[in-house]
Amino acid sequence: MNEKAIEIEDLSFAILSKRILQDVSFSVSAGQKFFIVGPNGAGKTTLLRCLSRIITDYHGSIKVKDKNLKTYSQKKLAKILTYVPQALPADIPFTVHQFVLMARYPHLSPFSVISPQDQEIVSGAMEMTQTACFADRIIATLSGGERQQVSIAAAFAQQAEIFLLDEPAAYLDYKHQRDIHNLLAKINKTYDTTIICVTHDLNSAVLNADTIIALKEGKIVFEGTAEKIMNEEILEQIYSKKFNFVQHPLTGQKIIVPDIIE
Amino acid sequence: MKKSIAHIFIILFAVLVLLLTPFAGSIKIPLSALKDFELTTTGAQIFYSLRLPRVFTAFLAGAALACCGVALQAMFRNPLATPFTLGISGGAAFGAAIYVIFAASLPIPYGSVWFSFAGSLAAVLLVYGLTRIKKGFSVGTMLLAGIAVNFFFSSLILFLQYISDFTQSFRIIHWLMGSVDVTGYSTPLTMLVLTVAGIAIIAAQSANLNLMSISDEIAIARGVDVKNTRKIVFFATSIMVAAVVAFCGPIGFVGLMAPHICRLLVGPDHKILTPASVLFGGAFLTLCDTVARTLIAPAEMPVGVITALLGGPFFIWLLLKNTDSKSGM
Repeated sequence: MNEKAIEIEDLSFAILSKRILQDVSFSVSAGQKFFIVGPNGAGKTTLLRCLSRIITDYHGSIKVKDKNLKTYSQKKLAKILTYVPQALPADIPFTVHQFVLMARYPHLSPFSVISPQDQEIVSGAMEMTQTACFADRIIATLSGGERQQVSIAAAFAQQAEIFLLDEPAAYLDYKHQRDIHNLLAKINKTYDTTIICVTHDLNSAVLNADTIIALKEGKIVFEGTAEKIMNEEILEQIYSKKFNFVQHPLTGQKIIVPDIIE
Repeated sequence: MKKSIAHIFIILFAVLVLLLTPFAGSIKIPLSALKDFELTTTGAQIFYSLRLPRVFTAFLAGAALACCGVALQAMFRNPLATPFTLGISGGAAFGAAIYVIFAASLPIPYGSVWFSFAGSLAAVLLVYGLTRIKKGFSVGTMLLAGIAVNFFFSSLILFLQYISDFTQSFRIIHWLMGSVDVTGYSTPLTMLVLTVAGIAIIAAQSANLNLMSISDEIAIARGVDVKNTRKIVFFATSIMVAAVVAFCGPIGFVGLMAPHICRLLVGPDHKILTPASVLFGGAFLTLCDTVARTLIAPAEMPVGVITALLGGPFFIWLLLKNTDSKSGM
């Protein structure tokens, strides 16, 4: 449990002269459920994009499993970590099965044929994410919730040890939100997969996370447990507004409630 | 089941076009001429030294352009991306025009190909460079930059024509229309080598192109070296476009139409889509050329006129179809 999945030191990134991230440092232990929260424009998505190497011209150091992120080949990195975007493009012309099969990419050489073992892993991933029932449908015809399940099925079939997720449950209805978080918890528990998840939904963060960090204006302003962040002053500092709290009837965990509009 | 019929249809179409089109034309070829390998009769001479090389050249040019179209459309996730719209053809044409006017007398083997290749590479670097100046380039910017680069090279070619003498100018105009009238086998053989090399390089990128056609983010997440794949695709398309433009001129719209029709027939998987487009594009251009040389026989039209006549409306149809389903470019 003490093994570090990711270690970030003094990470900074700017677009033109605008600083998006400033001297961000933190580390994530392997097998953790690690949530990143913060207001709009705090740099959460940029942080994930640096980690998944979509952005490469950052300053500072990112280590993945004790090795500099920049020294990995893209393929080797994809065996260790994968990125699940906020939503898949709506117009993907491939079938669910084709798309999930493509996630075997890092395990295949350019001309190797898909083995029965690959097929088995893909079917397993579709079973677990309950996407097998629409395996032959074209992704463009699925609902947003179904597409998100497919996206996670593919990440799972990729057999990465670290999942980077950008608001995986945004835009989804209550049932699909619950399904996605259940799925991630199950993958985390069964396979010891490290989950690093950006979210706007504080309640889902405090109910699911082992560790939470909060970003504001590109800097870390909080790092700690769910219990600690559910504090009036801390939250006001992060979001520049007051919150009302209640206790969750089942777990007793402090959660926030929506504001009353006057 | 439906798709395997489409596979057979495309293969059959290509084979039939290759078998039948050499017989079409203003002069009838008697079947007995086919056995006359010594070329003693006019029929045999026309068949073996004019018609067959021409059919091969058209087929290879169509195959190469379709292959470029497939790769560029996947890479940019834009149905309008082709060597033409990205300015690569324009660059190659400018290179070849420079060769015709200034360097044709120099003893450079395959000089027009080298000059075209330099031109297409210059265009790629220019388009790519223009989009790199600002961070976070969009595909829309890329296409607009491509159109700007195309205009730029067209004006340079106009300038070259203006300062050149009458015969050179006529040669350039004729060749700019896009034509595959060749004699003998040296042109199709050179094209064969370059086209096969280019297609092989693109075909080896099938898995990468599949993922990049979804989004760069997804491709990177799955382990595709996106930057490297872009370079490889640009390099391979530059070679193929140079080969086509140097010998046949900038033939437009084949690279646009063939991939789209094939996508409707065989689906989006590049492992199948690329070979299908290569066969279909080759057969399609050969057919267009056959129409071009028989429609107003005994006179001939440049094949580029036919493809442009078909391609213009097709382009508009795509534009309309696309604005329905996608926002922006």
